[in-house]
Amino acid sequence: MTASVVRALRPTRARRDALAGRLSEVVGLYVLSILGALALSAVLVSATGGSWRSVLSALIDGSIRNPGRWGTTIGGAIPLLTIALGTIVNAKAGLVNIGQEGQLLLGGACAAIVAVHFDAPGALVFFALAAAGVAGGAVWAGLAAALRYWRDVPEVLTTLLLVAVASQVVAFGFSTERLLLAPLSEGQGTQVQQTLRVPEGARLPRITLFGNEFPIAAFAAVILAAVVAFILARTVWGFRLRMLGSNQRTATRAGVRPARYGITAMLISGGLAGLAGVFMLTGGDFGGYRFSPGFSINFGWTGLLVALVARERAGAAVVVAFVFACLWTGSGFLAATGVERRITDVVQASLVLALLIPPAVLFIRARRRAAALRRVRV
Amino acid sequence: MGGFVEALGDILTSESSYVSAVSFAAFLAFGAVGEWVAERAGTLNISIEGMLLAGAFAAAMGFDLTSSLLVSLLFGIGAALMVASVQAQMSHRLQADQFVVGLALNILVLGLAGFLDGELDPATRRAPTVTIPLLSDIPLVGRALFDQSWLLYLIYPLIPACWWLVYRTRWGLEARSVGENPQSADASGIHVNRRRRQAIYVAGITCGAGGTYLCLAVVGSFEDSIVGGRGFISIAAVIFGGWTLRGSIAGCVLFGTVVSFRLSLPALGYQINNQIVTSAPFLLTIAGMALFAKRVRAPDALSRPFVRGIR
Repeated sequence: MTASVVRALRPTRARRDALAGRLSEVVGLYVLSILGALALSAVLVSATGGSWRSVLSALIDGSIRNPGRWGTTIGGAIPLLTIALGTIVNAKAGLVNIGQEGQLLLGGACAAIVAVHFDAPGALVFFALAAAGVAGGAVWAGLAAALRYWRDVPEVLTTLLLVAVASQVVAFGFSTERLLLAPLSEGQGTQVQQTLRVPEGARLPRITLFGNEFPIAAFAAVILAAVVAFILARTVWGFRLRMLGSNQRTATRAGVRPARYGITAMLISGGLAGLAGVFMLTGGDFGGYRFSPGFSINFGWTGLLVALVARERAGAAVVVAFVFACLWTGSGFLAATGVERRITDVVQASLVLALLIPPAVLFIRARRRAAALRRVRV
Repeated sequence: MGGFVEALGDILTSESSYVSAVSFAAFLAFGAVGEWVAERAGTLNISIEGMLLAGAFAAAMGFDLTSSLLVSLLFGIGAALMVASVQAQMSHRLQADQFVVGLALNILVLGLAGFLDGELDPATRRAPTVTIPLLSDIPLVGRALFDQSWLLYLIYPLIPACWWLVYRTRWGLEARSVGENPQSADASGIHVNRRRRQAIYVAGITCGAGGTYLCLAVVGSFEDSIVGGRGFISIAAVIFGGWTLRGSIAGCVLFGTVVSFRLSLPALGYQINNQIVTSAPFLLTIAGMALFAKRVRAPDALSRPFVRGIR
């Protein structure tokens, strides 16, 4: 009797042990690779004569510890998260959009044109400029999507090349006062390449919490993350989009039209990048409500990295966006340590590379185990 | 319109515009031949940009340390090979997404180069020219092609060498089969992912040479915007050329000429809208791909990872 009970229990226990083993393996791999990426950056700082301890403490001071800093960090996380959410949508559809930098810049430019030239009550201006910003970003990504489906041009390259074109379009916008350039004001010697400020009424309200200030777009971005997660996981549209991304042939057989779903996904992706530009312009943490040629400050690229690190999960993107925003606000405090602030770019990119390793290793190990089992059975 | 024809005539008859066109075309070609090999083996390798930049920075460091061009070239190739090996190992051993790896590498190299350039600030100067007698006396193009640094001359043997490697060696046949039909290649005993990794190393070598050429022979000093997205034009040249070597080089010449207008037009006294000239190569690249991408056939397994028994 007892023997049979033990026999019945044995496989379950083995399975539980295996599961615990797998879990510790997963966690261990992730921790190892994150530590590896950070150690690499620390070695780099030490090798060039800096002290990684002071760099780390400066980063923490600048992003969280000093008074009022975590509010700014939240302000930075808002556009990063918005861009990352868009990237998640196109990645789920199996498309590669790596031109968020251009879409963000162009969205911001369109929003700024409306903000400066549209004369109306404040809230109306805000909605008009938001629509213009979203449309600007969406058009820029839509161009690449249209070429992808009509002319078979790989969207990887077009989105990328359009980044360079976007910055030239913006430079053209700054060549005339009819578009972006602010007219020369009294007592100003030379014309600076920037727009007028967004009118008072069209700015996003800011909230003060424990001495930290951030725009209400923070809530909008988090809600957006929940909406994106819900649509992708729980709606028919999201299911069909994911099906297209994982197997185009199956999706086509099931009646999903690749062009329609793909172009929609790219429009959403570009539109969200444009929305990030709107948040940056009206939020107040970037450039004092003005638009300028350097407006995007590489946030398009960083937002893309956020989506990659979050491995296409909207919930994880919220956390990763905050961490990457910490690196951004913290890097402002690096000047005191004498270390070049570009080190944060290195940290971000090596984190992305490091986080690619664990799932790959797990996959390979699982295959090896399966192969070993097969051999035993034979 | 008349002004345009006149400008074109001036460009075609001015020796200096040939010099700048050739230098840009050669730089693009260094990237494109390597990318062509990698793409024939099935990798759409977007870390070309990072490899070129790594090559340029390492070459500057090599020159700063030894002031020898040959050592700088080896430094450049070594650094680009390091980038290539990360790309190759991550995308064709660990099977991580090749675009994600390439993009992260580009950003990593840009950050690293900017960081190290700020910390170390290598001192460089432009390499001297080596005049080839007789050939350099050809009117118009002679000086552009045969009165340059020897780093430029590397591209002349490199193009036929890559052609020979891909079309006349066993390795090349295997690499092409891996790019077309990895399952069959695998079944006939070819190590698919190893061939793909090796093809990426070839791209690393050519990009290392290209970065060295750009940094020490064209610009003469390092700055982190030295490549500035032109690595992506190299990739586009391969697509524009329909995955043939001839077409890729033609694409490089065309795009290189358009890139050079930014220098040669003002030098001839033409005032042209700066934004249009700067974005022209990118727009032309997109337009070129839109026109030709549908008429040509890409390697069948391009940018598709190979895992035995799955895909």
